Amino acid sequence: MNNLREPLLNKLNEQFSSAIESVNDFRDETTIIIKKDFLISVCTFLRDDNELAFDSLRDVTAVDYSGFLQNPIPHDHDIHVPEKIQQQFDTRFQVVYNLYSMKNHFRIRLKVKLEEDETIPTVSSIWKSANWAERETYDMFGIKFEGHPDLRRMYMPEEFEFHPLRKEFPLMGIPGSLPLPKH
Amino acid sequence: MEKVIFTEPSERILQALNDQDTSFVLDNALEHTMVLNMGPQHPATHGVLRLLVRLDGETVVSCIPDLGYLHRGYEKIAEASSYHEFIPHTDRLDYLSPLANNVAYTLAVEKLAGIEITRRAQFIRVICAELARLASHFVFLGTMCMDVGALTILLWAFREREKLQDIMDVLTGVRFTNSFARIGGVANDMSDEVKKMIADYVKQFPEKIHECEKLVLSNRIFIDRCEGVGYISKEDAIAFGATGPILRGCGIAHDLRRDQPYLVYNELDFNIPVFNEGDVLARFYVRLNEMKESIKILQQCLEKIPQGDVKPPEPKKVLPNKEKVYSKMEELIHDFMLINFGINPPIGEVYHAIEGSKGELGFYIVSDGDATPWRLKIRSPSFCNLQLMPQLVKGNMISDIVAIIGSVDPVMGEADK
Repeated sequence: MNNLREPLLNKLNEQFSSAIESVNDFRDETTIIIKKDFLISVCTFLRDDNELAFDSLRDVTAVDYSGFLQNPIPHDHDIHVPEKIQQQFDTRFQVVYNLYSMKNHFRIRLKVKLEEDETIPTVSSIWKSANWAERETYDMFGIKFEGHPDLRRMYMPEEFEFHPLRKEFPLMGIPGSLPLPKH
Repeated sequence: MEKVIFTEPSERILQALNDQDTSFVLDNALEHTMVLNMGPQHPATHGVLRLLVRLDGETVVSCIPDLGYLHRGYEKIAEASSYHEFIPHTDRLDYLSPLANNVAYTLAVEKLAGIEITRRAQFIRVICAELARLASHFVFLGTMCMDVGALTILLWAFREREKLQDIMDVLTGVRFTNSFARIGGVANDMSDEVKKMIADYVKQFPEKIHECEKLVLSNRIFIDRCEGVGYISKEDAIAFGATGPILRGCGIAHDLRRDQPYLVYNELDFNIPVFNEGDVLARFYVRLNEMKESIKILQQCLEKIPQGDVKPPEPKKVLPNKEKVYSKMEELIHDFMLINFGINPPIGEVYHAIEGSKGELGFYIVSDGDATPWRLKIRSPSFCNLQLMPQLVKGNMISDIVAIIGSVDPVMGEADK
């Protein structure tokens, strides 16, 4: 496993100086938050660069950050959340791209901040594996991917009107949202 | 009635239906394509996979997989259950190798919470993961051969799998849905009896697998049904995010046990079987050889496994042993605190993946410092591998679809989550 963190960040800064919003390191994993406008160009660059060669997109998902770190945790030791960390979660959603380089055996995570009714460009033209993963994200969070070739629900029925992994969706489901057959 | 104008190739048929023309004769019955709905209740789809297949005669023109018939919302359940409570749910993902799923999940949580596990526990987990891989590949061996018509081998493979489940029974206490791994280690220590059972199993394995091999690999019908069927190129496999035996069946030596070593895999000596053909037969050979490598790993683990504890001395994060909870005050308090308030990992996010029997099984966990995960995403190999289905079946015969599904080896519990 080659540590690509430094060359990767250098190259990104060189090519797209204003694309990176922040870089987080936690447990030897690098998460880069990039601006939405640069998503396609950064992804294309990461895939096509000979040294980095992030040729495999392992997963696309999203996280619903509404209410994140808002409630005090009922717990005996105090967790102090610095202002800087809280600022990273100022939007409702973050879309997460889990990239893997087959050549270097290295993973990075790209994240894009997204407001509730914003859309995001699809990366399925860059990595084919994004197709189903984005459909799943759309199904679970209602995030619309612009230019997606086939944006249907992945798991839930097409006529289902909610998005189950949003935080406001109750764990027990919504009674009557899935009509039973009449007899 | 309004005049309907059809632009489809099946215009004449629809027109005839519309006119209720019973004297309609089709010049060439094979000039039109037909849509066949395969599944979700079809014995060859290994669960509730539904495929919509467009056929031209017997040739598949296109295919659309339809998932979600076994969707139980595990990611939502995870957000409402503590880190410990979610372990049994991971059993139900890939229900053919529950032991490996537990290991994958607990490794992710340990990475998040920063728990170092003991060496003995690491070896026990490797043994668990390899037993799970063997058990899963035996089901593959049996069912895939059955799908192409070799019925005997199903019984033989399940007979061999039964011995593995006997081992799991003694090791974990249950035969299926084991929930054996715990955050910070494993539930119980491995007894010498289990060690002896595994050693016996390892000893008799080569002969038994050779029996199975002889039955199919010199069988011309089997080879003809598998060779050159369901081809996928190297580039497509990478682009579609395929992992596991599919990727290794098209010539890419990608195995997370070697590429991003976890547990003690970097101390063990094993090969990664790779075949270049990219067809059903190549995937069959990959899995068959992987089983032999798993046996090698088991053998080395039995030799190298050290004595010691199976849980690290971290009482604030790791559940104490049950007998101590009943007899010692301190352990009782810790047990109470952990069950009621959880392990509270720091704010952050991690992703950890292992090489499961079907490919890369990963868990992405976002923590807000609370007892439950804020978000837990399961990166399941079956889901990602099934995305290849349209590519794999295109241009093949309809009867090859079952062989191709068998070679992809999806488990719908995992694909649908």
